[in-house]
Amino acid sequence: MFPFIFEWMWDMSHVVFMGGLWYALTIIGLGMTYCILKAAVDTAQGKGSHHHE
Amino acid sequence: MDSALIPKGVRRCSIGQFALFVGVVGVVLLWGVFAMLLCWIKGLNQTNMNDYYGFALWIWADLAVIALGGGAFFTGFLRYIIGKDELKNIINYAVLIGFICYSSALLILAIDIGQPLRGWFIFWHANVHSMLTEVAFCLSCYFGVLTIEYLPLILENRQLDKVPFFHNLSHNLHEVMAVFAATGAFLSFFHQGSLGGVAGVLFGRPFAYREGIFIWPWTFFLFTWSAAACGPCFTIMITRLTEKITRKTLVKQNVVELLAKISGWMLLTYTIAKIIDTWYWAAVSAPAGGFWLMDFYSNNPLYGPWILITEVLICGALPACILITKSGRKNPFTLMIAAVLAVIGVSLNRWVMVLQVMAVPVMSFDKWVMYSPSWQEVATTILPVAYGVILIAISHRYLPIFPQERELNPIEN
Amino acid sequence: MKKEHSKAKKYGMVIDLDKCTGCGACMVACMAENNVPFKKDESNKLDSITWLRVFKLTNGKSFPDADTCYLPRPCMHCEGEHGHAPCVSVCPATATDYSHETGIVSQIYTRCFGCRYCMAACPYHARYFNWWDPVWPEGMEKLLNPNVSVRMRGVVEKCSFCFHRYQAAKEKAYYEGRQELEEDEYQTACTQACPAGAITFGDLNNPKHAVYELKKDKNAFRLLERLGTNPKVYYISTRKWVRQAGDNYLEGYETEGKVKKHR
Ligand code: SF4
Ligand code: SF4
Repeated sequence: MFPFIFEWMWDMSHVVFMGGLWYALTIIGLGMTYCILKAAVDTAQGKGSHHHE
Repeated sequence: MDSALIPKGVRRCSIGQFALFVGVVGVVLLWGVFAMLLCWIKGLNQTNMNDYYGFALWIWADLAVIALGGGAFFTGFLRYIIGKDELKNIINYAVLIGFICYSSALLILAIDIGQPLRGWFIFWHANVHSMLTEVAFCLSCYFGVLTIEYLPLILENRQLDKVPFFHNLSHNLHEVMAVFAATGAFLSFFHQGSLGGVAGVLFGRPFAYREGIFIWPWTFFLFTWSAAACGPCFTIMITRLTEKITRKTLVKQNVVELLAKISGWMLLTYTIAKIIDTWYWAAVSAPAGGFWLMDFYSNNPLYGPWILITEVLICGALPACILITKSGRKNPFTLMIAAVLAVIGVSLNRWVMVLQVMAVPVMSFDKWVMYSPSWQEVATTILPVAYGVILIAISHRYLPIFPQERELNPIEN
Repeated sequence: MKKEHSKAKKYGMVIDLDKCTGCGACMVACMAENNVPFKKDESNKLDSITWLRVFKLTNGKSFPDADTCYLPRPCMHCEGEHGHAPCVSVCPATATDYSHETGIVSQIYTRCFGCRYCMAACPYHARYFNWWDPVWPEGMEKLLNPNVSVRMRGVVEKCSFCFHRYQAAKEKAYYEGRQELEEDEYQTACTQACPAGAITFGDLNNPKHAVYELKKDKNAFRLLERLGTNPKVYYISTRKWVRQAGDNYLEGYETEGKVKKHR
């Protein structure tokens, strides 16, 4: 899973497979980080608090 | 009592009735949990699996729920990538059903492996040539995506939404949902396919083995395709069932019909592909391995040609024909029949690709071996169903799952 | 890690089915050598572990043409195509591996997490799952082979061609300053136990080893050759029906012993 695990090999299969995996994980991670950070900023700016029912 | 938690402008049953319902289902859940603990504590000798049936009921259940959960990724794909906007009225429910299916699949896998504490080896020591590795990775990642898709729904609960941070978070999540949906579709394409690949690559088992392109056997594509076709049918089926139980219309007919229509065309094309695959396998691949088609369907008490006919024609071609005709979709009864048949069809396909693969003897002096699950296996397989029912009940009660509910069921005064 | 001087080996077996009497000595030797666990009640063969299992084959005819053959089936240590044995390529955790140095398919018990995918992949049913933790009768744990680790519940095991014997022989040779092993330095327990001398074991690549010639016998065949598993266990029988039982033959598709499709 990581290049530092002893059985890792820098071959096509590993690069393609793990490349795809880390690519997906990065997108998910960045997407979530963006949402959380933006929500924090929005909240600090007072957005959403006027939202009464 | 819990009215402060219930979305505004909708009617829900009394808390007592709700508690009774959850309580009854909860008993079933506990039974499943008990069996699960037995399997973990005492080991897999609690099952009726054996050295001929290394894969059995659980793996079937796993493949089946993942196929049925396919409604989430495909509806998401249609809604966010293709831009079928009406589907926003059913996507929440599709996501919830998908979430239940995938969490169940992961749980079943955790019970199924002989050394659950070593489950992480599949990631750590990953063999990138194994279809199961691909399944494990994409499945876990996609479950993460589903959780992210389900999260804004939870945050929209009336009380949680009052917290500004949660309100903003759910708003932001909605905004970038297309990115998550696209990632989910990408991951789903691969894990649905790899689940097909699990059987398709077994070149020692002529019943399962299929040719293909590059590293992917044909079953790879057939599985993705059938999940995209039948997953939405399951979403429709559960939606209708929910409407029956809650005695309310929750999703407008045109939304369901749109999904049904797309599903129908997917199912039709899938069935054609499946027939071609079956023909090629029967005429070329299997004889090359030394088997006639009928060798797989005779000399045993269960697996006969009926299974092929049921899967491909009765539960494939027939529902496809119903769903692609306008009158078939418009009539709630035939629509429901078609959805149920498609669900049975895909489940049967997964059964065949797991259980029949194990049953067919390969060595000429070997024999057919039949299997029936132990109660522990059955209970642990029902466990996710009970869990799903409870999660749906709670979600429906407290979260705005169906955007059209208020409009369709106006409350007087 | 290839050693400079020693050529790649391909250990394999040739079993003469005309000599095998079905006595089962090989099975017993294997169980004892490899600390194979057993149950109190062994009547259900579907979940008992037999690394080496003797199958009974009959020609299905009645007297006077009735004939029986006993066929010992260890793990075939399939080579597949370039070491892609059916079971090796599917293991998600790399817990089973094809050694290009010896041709032996290993099983790493401490890494196997018991998904049983390899069992589904093996058409010979050579793989067994530990449904229980091993329980030895009082005192028997003192008689276990110290060179072979016992396995815990929840993992898969199978015949290793007595790999620990290979390791021991290699160590000894190394100590004596040799690179190569003599044929008799590394033999499996079953080979040595067979009173009929039906099993021959050695390096299929080495012309000095008996198996080298035996595998070319005109009556030699392998099980399910046509699937492309490329096994390293050969069988010999002068009886045609026995040879034919080794694979599935369809009329008009294959003739005996010829492999059309090799994946
Ligand atoms: S006989 Fe079975 S376990 Fe042994 S190498 Fe071949 S496929 Fe693997
Ligand atoms: S049971 Fe063990 S050896 Fe077999 S495929 Fe799974 S992890 Fe690999």
